[in-house]
Amino acid sequence: MTVTPDQVLDCSGLACPMPILKTKKAIDSLQIGQILKMTATDPGSKSDIDAWTKKTGHELISYEQAGARYIFYIKKTK
Amino acid sequence: MGETSKRLAIIAAHGSLDAAYPPFILATAAVAMEMECAIFFTFFGLEILKKGYADKLKIAPIGNPAMPVSIPNIVGVLPGMTSMATGMMNGWMRKAHVAKVSELLNIALESGVRFIGCQMTMDVMGYKKEDLIDGIEIGGAASFLEFAGENAITMAF
Repeated sequence: MTVTPDQVLDCSGLACPMPILKTKKAIDSLQIGQILKMTATDPGSKSDIDAWTKKTGHELISYEQAGARYIFYIKKTK
Repeated sequence: MGETSKRLAIIAAHGSLDAAYPPFILATAAVAMEMECAIFFTFFGLEILKKGYADKLKIAPIGNPAMPVSIPNIVGVLPGMTSMATGMMNGWMRKAHVAKVSELLNIALESGVRFIGCQMTMDVMGYKKEDLIDGIEIGGAASFLEFAGENAITMAF
Protein backbone atom coordinates (compact mmCIF):
# COMPACT_ATOMS: atom_id res chain seq x y z
CA MET A 1 0.00 0.00 0.00
CA THR A 2 1.64 3.20 -1.12
CA VAL A 3 -0.82 5.70 0.32
CA THR A 4 0.85 8.34 2.46
CA PRO A 5 -1.37 9.18 5.41
CA ASP A 6 -1.87 12.78 6.51
CA GLN A 7 -2.29 11.67 10.10
CA VAL A 8 -1.40 8.53 12.04
CA LEU A 9 -3.44 7.25 14.98
CA ASP A 10 -2.39 4.36 17.19
CA CYS A 11 -5.26 2.66 19.01
CA SER A 12 -3.22 -0.40 20.00
CA GLY A 13 -4.28 -1.84 23.32
CA LEU A 14 -7.61 -0.01 23.38
CA ALA A 15 -10.91 -1.86 23.67
CA CYS A 16 -14.35 -1.00 22.30
CA PRO A 17 -15.52 1.74 21.97
CA MET A 18 -12.25 3.71 22.17
CA PRO A 19 -10.86 3.00 18.64
CA ILE A 20 -14.07 4.34 17.09
CA LEU A 21 -14.15 7.41 19.36
CA LYS A 22 -10.53 8.27 18.63
CA THR A 23 -10.95 7.65 14.90
CA LYS A 24 -13.93 10.00 14.81
CA LYS A 25 -11.96 12.69 16.66
CA ALA A 26 -8.97 12.31 14.33
CA ILE A 27 -11.10 12.43 11.17
CA ASP A 28 -12.80 15.58 12.47
CA SER A 29 -9.40 17.28 12.63
CA LEU A 30 -8.57 16.51 8.98
CA GLN A 31 -9.48 18.31 5.75
CA ILE A 32 -11.74 16.68 3.17
CA GLY A 33 -9.72 14.27 1.01
CA GLN A 34 -7.02 13.71 3.63
CA ILE A 35 -6.20 10.24 4.86
CA LEU A 36 -5.97 8.80 8.37
CA LYS A 37 -3.96 5.69 9.12
CA MET A 38 -5.35 3.98 12.21
CA THR A 39 -3.81 0.94 13.85
CA ALA A 40 -5.76 -1.16 16.35
CA THR A 41 -5.33 -4.44 18.19
CA ASP A 42 -9.00 -4.89 19.10
CA PRO A 43 -10.22 -7.84 16.98
CA GLY A 44 -13.65 -6.17 16.83
CA SER A 45 -12.23 -3.07 15.19
CA LYS A 46 -12.64 -4.38 11.62
CA SER A 47 -16.39 -4.82 11.87
CA ASP A 48 -16.71 -1.59 13.86
CA ILE A 49 -14.73 0.49 11.35
CA ASP A 50 -16.75 -1.06 8.51
CA ALA A 51 -19.97 -0.06 10.25
CA TRP A 52 -18.64 3.36 11.19
CA THR A 53 -17.56 4.23 7.63
CA LYS A 54 -20.88 2.96 6.28
CA LYS A 55 -22.82 5.13 8.72
CA THR A 56 -20.71 8.29 8.50
CA GLY A 57 -19.85 8.12 4.79
CA HIS A 58 -16.07 8.33 5.22
CA GLU A 59 -14.21 5.93 2.97
CA LEU A 60 -12.20 2.90 4.06
CA ILE A 61 -9.68 2.86 1.24
CA SER A 62 -7.48 0.07 2.55
CA TYR A 63 -7.38 -2.51 5.30
CA GLU A 64 -4.65 -4.95 6.19
CA GLN A 65 -3.91 -7.30 9.03
CA ALA A 66 -0.33 -7.67 10.20
CA GLY A 67 -0.13 -10.23 12.98
CA ALA A 68 -2.21 -8.92 15.86
CA ARG A 69 -2.48 -5.46 14.29
CA TYR A 70 -5.35 -4.21 12.19
CA ILE A 71 -4.41 -1.30 9.96
CA PHE A 72 -6.97 0.99 8.37
CA TYR A 73 -6.57 3.81 5.86
CA ILE A 74 -9.61 6.05 5.99
CA LYS A 75 -10.28 8.99 3.71
CA LYS A 76 -12.31 11.94 5.00
CA THR A 77 -15.09 12.53 2.49
CA LYS A 78 -17.08 15.39 3.98
CA MET B 1 -30.38 1.44 2.73
CA GLY B 2 -33.59 2.89 4.17
CA GLU B 3 -33.94 5.96 6.31
CA THR B 4 -31.71 5.61 9.35
CA SER B 5 -32.37 6.85 12.83
CA LYS B 6 -30.27 9.76 14.01
CA ARG B 7 -31.11 9.51 17.68
CA LEU B 8 -30.37 7.09 20.46
CA ALA B 9 -32.34 7.34 23.69
CA ILE B 10 -31.07 5.24 26.58
CA ILE B 11 -32.59 4.48 29.98
CA ALA B 12 -30.06 3.62 32.69
CA ALA B 13 -32.07 2.16 35.57
CA HIS B 14 -29.47 0.06 37.40
CA GLY B 15 -26.49 1.12 39.48
CA SER B 16 -24.27 -1.95 39.40
CA LEU B 17 -20.86 -1.96 37.73
CA ASP B 18 -21.92 -4.24 34.89
CA ALA B 19 -25.11 -2.26 34.24
CA ALA B 20 -23.26 1.07 34.06
CA TYR B 21 -21.05 0.16 31.12
CA PRO B 22 -23.45 -0.46 28.20
CA PRO B 23 -25.18 2.96 28.35
CA PHE B 24 -21.86 4.82 28.10
CA ILE B 25 -20.31 2.52 25.49
CA LEU B 26 -23.36 2.82 23.26
CA ALA B 27 -23.81 6.56 23.89
CA THR B 28 -20.21 7.44 23.00
CA ALA B 29 -20.29 5.15 19.95
CA ALA B 30 -23.56 6.77 18.85
CA VAL B 31 -21.99 10.23 18.93
CA ALA B 32 -19.00 8.92 16.97
CA MET B 33 -21.51 7.66 14.40
CA GLU B 34 -22.97 11.15 14.18
CA MET B 35 -26.12 10.41 16.11
CA GLU B 36 -27.61 12.48 18.92
CA CYS B 37 -27.88 10.73 22.25
CA ALA B 38 -29.54 11.21 25.61
CA ILE B 39 -29.39 8.99 28.69
CA PHE B 40 -32.15 9.07 31.29
CA PHE B 41 -30.73 8.05 34.68
CA THR B 42 -33.55 6.78 36.82
CA PHE B 43 -34.01 4.65 39.94
CA PHE B 44 -30.67 3.02 40.86
CA GLY B 45 -29.18 4.25 37.61
CA LEU B 46 -29.01 7.68 39.22
CA GLU B 47 -26.28 6.35 41.56
CA ILE B 48 -23.89 6.43 38.60
CA LEU B 49 -24.17 10.24 38.54
CA LYS B 50 -23.39 10.77 42.22
CA LYS B 51 -20.19 12.77 42.56
CA GLY B 52 -17.17 10.48 42.81
CA TYR B 53 -19.30 7.38 42.49
CA ALA B 54 -18.74 6.18 38.91
CA ASP B 55 -15.63 4.20 39.79
CA LYS B 56 -17.05 2.85 43.05
CA LEU B 57 -19.88 0.86 41.51
CA LYS B 58 -20.05 -2.77 42.56
CA ILE B 59 -21.17 -6.10 41.24
CA ALA B 60 -22.83 -8.66 43.52
CA PRO B 61 -22.08 -12.34 42.93
CA ILE B 62 -25.30 -13.43 44.61
CA GLY B 63 -28.05 -14.32 42.17
CA ASN B 64 -25.66 -13.83 39.27
CA PRO B 65 -25.17 -17.16 37.51
CA ALA B 66 -23.13 -15.57 34.73
CA MET B 67 -19.99 -14.74 36.74
CA PRO B 68 -17.03 -16.31 34.88
CA VAL B 69 -15.89 -17.76 38.19
CA SER B 70 -18.87 -19.58 39.62
CA ILE B 71 -19.74 -18.39 43.13
CA PRO B 72 -22.57 -20.37 44.76
CA ASN B 73 -25.31 -18.21 46.27
CA ILE B 74 -24.69 -19.75 49.70
CA VAL B 75 -21.13 -18.34 49.49
CA GLY B 76 -22.24 -15.09 47.86
CA VAL B 77 -24.17 -14.09 50.97
CA LEU B 78 -21.00 -13.92 53.07
CA PRO B 79 -19.62 -10.51 54.05
CA GLY B 80 -16.99 -9.22 51.64
CA MET B 81 -18.13 -11.29 48.66
CA THR B 82 -19.49 -8.28 46.78
CA SER B 83 -16.18 -6.45 47.22
CA MET B 84 -14.30 -9.54 46.10
CA ALA B 85 -16.43 -10.01 42.98
CA THR B 86 -16.09 -6.29 42.20
CA GLY B 87 -12.31 -6.52 42.47
CA MET B 88 -12.26 -9.53 40.17
CA MET B 89 -14.48 -7.83 37.61
CA ASN B 90 -12.40 -4.62 37.65
CA GLY B 91 -9.27 -6.74 37.20
CA TRP B 92 -10.72 -8.48 34.14
CA MET B 93 -11.76 -5.15 32.66
CA ARG B 94 -8.26 -3.69 33.16
CA LYS B 95 -6.67 -6.77 31.61
CA ALA B 96 -8.87 -6.35 28.53
CA HIS B 97 -7.93 -2.63 28.40
CA VAL B 98 -11.52 -1.50 28.86
CA ALA B 99 -11.85 2.14 29.93
CA LYS B 100 -13.12 2.94 33.43
CA VAL B 101 -16.76 3.96 33.86
CA SER B 102 -15.65 7.49 34.82
CA GLU B 103 -13.60 7.81 31.61
CA LEU B 104 -16.49 6.78 29.38
CA LEU B 105 -18.85 9.00 31.38
CA ASN B 106 -16.61 12.03 30.85
CA ILE B 107 -16.15 11.32 27.14
CA ALA B 108 -19.92 11.04 26.79
CA LEU B 109 -20.50 14.37 28.57
CA GLU B 110 -17.75 16.14 26.61
CA SER B 111 -19.02 14.84 23.29
CA GLY B 112 -22.47 16.22 23.88
CA VAL B 113 -24.50 13.30 25.18
CA ARG B 114 -27.41 14.68 27.20
CA PHE B 115 -27.59 13.31 30.75
CA ILE B 116 -31.05 13.59 32.28
CA GLY B 117 -31.22 12.81 36.00
CA CYS B 118 -34.63 11.71 37.23
CA GLN B 119 -36.22 14.25 39.57
CA MET B 120 -38.55 11.71 41.12
CA THR B 121 -35.62 9.40 41.98
CA MET B 122 -33.82 12.34 43.58
CA ASP B 123 -36.88 12.95 45.76
CA VAL B 124 -37.14 9.25 46.69
CA MET B 125 -33.45 8.88 47.53
CA GLY B 126 -33.10 12.31 49.11
CA TYR B 127 -30.45 13.53 46.66
CA LYS B 128 -29.84 17.20 46.01
CA LYS B 129 -28.58 18.61 42.72
CA GLU B 130 -25.18 19.26 44.31
CA ASP B 131 -24.88 15.54 45.16
CA LEU B 132 -24.74 14.82 41.43
CA ILE B 133 -22.00 15.58 38.90
CA ASP B 134 -22.01 18.87 37.00
CA GLY B 135 -23.19 19.23 33.43
CA ILE B 136 -26.39 17.22 33.72
CA GLU B 137 -30.04 18.15 33.37
CA ILE B 138 -32.69 17.25 35.89
CA GLY B 139 -36.01 16.19 34.48
CA GLY B 140 -38.84 13.72 34.46
CA ALA B 141 -40.27 11.14 32.13
CA ALA B 142 -41.60 13.81 29.78
CA SER B 143 -38.16 15.40 29.35
CA PHE B 144 -36.78 12.06 28.21
CA LEU B 145 -39.78 11.19 26.04
CA GLU B 146 -39.67 14.52 24.26
CA PHE B 147 -36.19 13.56 23.04
CA ALA B 148 -37.01 9.88 22.47
CA GLY B 149 -40.24 10.72 20.68
CA GLU B 150 -38.42 12.18 17.71
CA ASN B 151 -37.72 8.88 15.93
CA ALA B 152 -35.14 7.69 18.43
CA ILE B 153 -33.92 4.16 18.88
CA THR B 154 -34.65 3.50 22.54
CA MET B 155 -32.93 1.00 24.79
CA ALA B 156 -33.07 0.33 28.50
CA PHE B 157 -30.48 -1.08 30.87
